[in-house]
Amino acid sequence: MAELTYRDAVAAGIAQEMARDESVVFLGEDIGAAGGVFKTTLGLLERFGPRRVRDTPISEQAIIGAAMGAAMTGLRPIAEIMFSDFFAVCWDMIANEIAKTRYMTAGQIALPLVIRTANGYGSRFGAQHSQSVENWAMAIPGLKVVAPSTPLDVKGLLAAAVRDPDPVIFFEHKGLYSTKGEVPDGEIVDRLGTAKVVRQGEDVTIVALAAMVPKSLQAAERLAAEDGISATVVDVRSLVPLDTKTIFEEVRKTGRLYTVEENPRLCGWGAEIASLVAEECFYDLDGPIVRITTPHVPLPAADLLEDNAVPTVDRIVETVRRNAG
Amino acid sequence: MRTAKSIEGAPPRVAPELLLRLYREMLRLRTLDERMMTLQRQGRVGFYGACTGQEASTIASAAALEPGDWIFPALREGGAMLLRGFPLVPYLCQIFGNAGDETKGRQMPSHMASKSVNQVSWSSCIGSQLPQAVGAAMAARIKGDKTVVAAYMGDGATSSADFHVAMNFAGVFKPPVVFVCQNNHWAISIPTQKQTASESIAVKAVAYGFEGIKVDGNDAEAVYGAVKAAVDRARAGQGPTLVECETYRIGAHSSSDDPTRYRDEREVEIWRKRDPIEAFRTRLVAAGLWTEAKDEELREKLAGEVNEAIAEAEKKPDPPRETLFEDVYSSPPWFLREEREEMLAVPKARRPGAAQ
Repeated sequence: MAELTYRDAVAAGIAQEMARDESVVFLGEDIGAAGGVFKTTLGLLERFGPRRVRDTPISEQAIIGAAMGAAMTGLRPIAEIMFSDFFAVCWDMIANEIAKTRYMTAGQIALPLVIRTANGYGSRFGAQHSQSVENWAMAIPGLKVVAPSTPLDVKGLLAAAVRDPDPVIFFEHKGLYSTKGEVPDGEIVDRLGTAKVVRQGEDVTIVALAAMVPKSLQAAERLAAEDGISATVVDVRSLVPLDTKTIFEEVRKTGRLYTVEENPRLCGWGAEIASLVAEECFYDLDGPIVRITTPHVPLPAADLLEDNAVPTVDRIVETVRRNAG
Repeated sequence: MRTAKSIEGAPPRVAPELLLRLYREMLRLRTLDERMMTLQRQGRVGFYGACTGQEASTIASAAALEPGDWIFPALREGGAMLLRGFPLVPYLCQIFGNAGDETKGRQMPSHMASKSVNQVSWSSCIGSQLPQAVGAAMAARIKGDKTVVAAYMGDGATSSADFHVAMNFAGVFKPPVVFVCQNNHWAISIPTQKQTASESIAVKAVAYGFEGIKVDGNDAEAVYGAVKAAVDRARAGQGPTLVECETYRIGAHSSSDDPTRYRDEREVEIWRKRDPIEAFRTRLVAAGLWTEAKDEELREKLAGEVNEAIAEAEKKPDPPRETLFEDVYSSPPWFLREEREEMLAVPKARRPGAAQ
């Protein structure tokens, strides 16, 4: 058992898969010699060489397009888009090409590739470097969407993504890169499409993703201590496929659902979960479903503004306290 | 940049059997396009993009590839699949979008693809196939095989960001890719001189650090020679080439377009006189490889084949509606299974006027 940072778990996950499978290659900007701008890919170039670890020009369409062409013809590429905001630069390639190729060729051409990206707030980088865009990817049929919250899940879900026959968008949270967690030695392979109950409670169910998971856990501790409210926290981990079984089970136990999303409010992923729960668990609910989201604004850069825009522990506590009473 | 042109009257540099094969394939494509445009006007197919006037560029360039090479096409290269041995009936079924279509009616007509002949689907988004082709070529290099990838585009696509990022990647990584631009002078209604201020398309390669060649795209032999040389260089590890085939779109951009609104018919007339099929036939006859009688016989045979194939393709039923849920993912997730059941529980939606 070793303690790894979330950022080290990225390199460990990629290395595990590249060592196992010669067809896994890795490309992106500043991923090789520099080890990644977030230092998530240190040592990979040295270990696997420039044939399989490829520093590229600043060219998102070409990175994703080339990864796609390589996947179409037999490799299993991992492509990095440095900031998830830049998905908009290469969105045609992701949304129109990669997501639809299996369908448009009636299964003749599969696209086993992973697009990794640094998503979310926390670096004070402003509206074009800090967005949470997992809901963009969730809206496109043909993509699988993963967003881990712990080093263990980073390594295991990354391995599962690489081995999956479908294109997987892998959202790392840049606010979590320096967090630490226990990761057992040896090969770790998780399962896509599975949520995790990270805290079991009795009164309310909080469903969260990525950096909102540790915040929800903190909020749950405070709710228990200050209000005697016992909260279950579910880490969604995978938006597509979505583990509705676990979510519904946990909502049915408590009769209360709160979603905690970093997405701006309109069409954030919590809206989809709220809709599913309303349809499937309506008679088990004891009160309205409540979404806690970033307001529908571009994310500002200043510390105070950014910290207040995304859901805070205080806001989660206050919202649950107000509604669950 | 250099220009490559065949020399009038010079002895053929391409083996006679291959020249005759190119001619037959070009004539088949012309025959097919004429019939399909008629069918489109009759309302029997929804959309069609013809290759008329550009057959030499499409067929002769594709003929320069080995069967294991990949084609990432644009709109006018569907016919390359036929050259590569894909059967005509399923090819037509793609256009009809019926149950005989290997791609299950998923793609817009004239966006055919088959892994059996290593040809992917054209992307409606213009230019997006180019970075993909570069990636496929990079993959060939990584895997250490000898595959070459052909990346096709029209002159319009050279204005897209994807063209430039693909050319840049190709220049930097030097994978075995050959870019083939069919400069047919019109991107729907925009003439090439309004598309780019460059003196040619081929010259753009220079800025990316590799060779661009401009060739008479209506001369099958010249196209074959230029593309074959580029393919050979790519296979030998000497990197990418951009081949600009200067040709002309005799017809409309597609069945949805009316070029009389924006294009001077006198210009079209000039290019009709440079028809690639007419010029080819004249040269083959002059070289003693072909006769007018054989030509007449071939035209009749091709018309018969095409008509028979259309009749057979048109008989196929619609794709079963439940197939619309297949192939989104490698296996259907719960929500698609649920949506499939929901759809099957209600009566079929039918297009107006369709037989019950």
